[in-house]
Amino acid sequence: MRVALEMAVPNDVAQIERVVARVVATCADLHVPQRQLHFNVPVALTEALSNAILYGSAQQGDALVTVRAGLADRSLVLEVADEGPGFDLEACTRDPTAPENIEREDGRGLFLMRRLMDRVERYGGHGNVVRMVLELP
Amino acid sequence: MSFTIAKSGEVTLVEVEGQLIVGNRQELKQRVLDELDHGERHFLIDFARTGYIDSSGLGVLVSLSKKIRELGGELRLANLNDDLRTLFELTKLDTLFQIADTRERALESF
Repeated sequence: MRVALEMAVPNDVAQIERVVARVVATCADLHVPQRQLHFNVPVALTEALSNAILYGSAQQGDALVTVRAGLADRSLVLEVADEGPGFDLEACTRDPTAPENIEREDGRGLFLMRRLMDRVERYGGHGNVVRMVLELP
Repeated sequence: MSFTIAKSGEVTLVEVEGQLIVGNRQELKQRVLDELDHGERHFLIDFARTGYIDSSGLGVLVSLSKKIRELGGELRLANLNDDLRTLFELTKLDTLFQIADTRERALESF
């Protein structure tokens, strides 16, 4: 990936709005189409950041979350890395539209990420990285 | 992000300006719960000036709707832009809420 932006984010959900705005500005420079720029990217990134802050680095004291945005081939790549233990992407994604889940308060984040981006992957190593890929026209 | 709460007859009207996301959704929830405690039962949330809502914001709307219904009231929504409407359709929450195109239509429907 050719990284266009890399930033360390304090472990605080109040930072999400600012970080998303910064990433969206970078994505505009990368010519991401308007609809994806103002909908898919901010919603999916907000979800990934929330998860990283609330469930990843939250358990690690003053740990930081790292956000990277860039291009790979003809795709926009967004990566959110935290210092948590990681999670099983498949096991944690449930269908919030199922009748038994629709009135639940939680459980829509990963579902939205996977619906709004073309690919969502998670990998480990040092920390936990969620990579979201959006194919560009 | 900020909230404005006003009354229109028996309806409590909530305007959301900015994003409704994980960092502020509890504030909206508490404001509406406070109104419920004061005896209000009919609520309309107007999203005309809302940028986007994340999953935790959607979750708060679901939980408020349930709570209000349990107390014999109703929560309706108005003025979802195309992106927000897409979000509600993706999550099928458009089947759970009554959503009006305008504030006036929503108020008339109570």
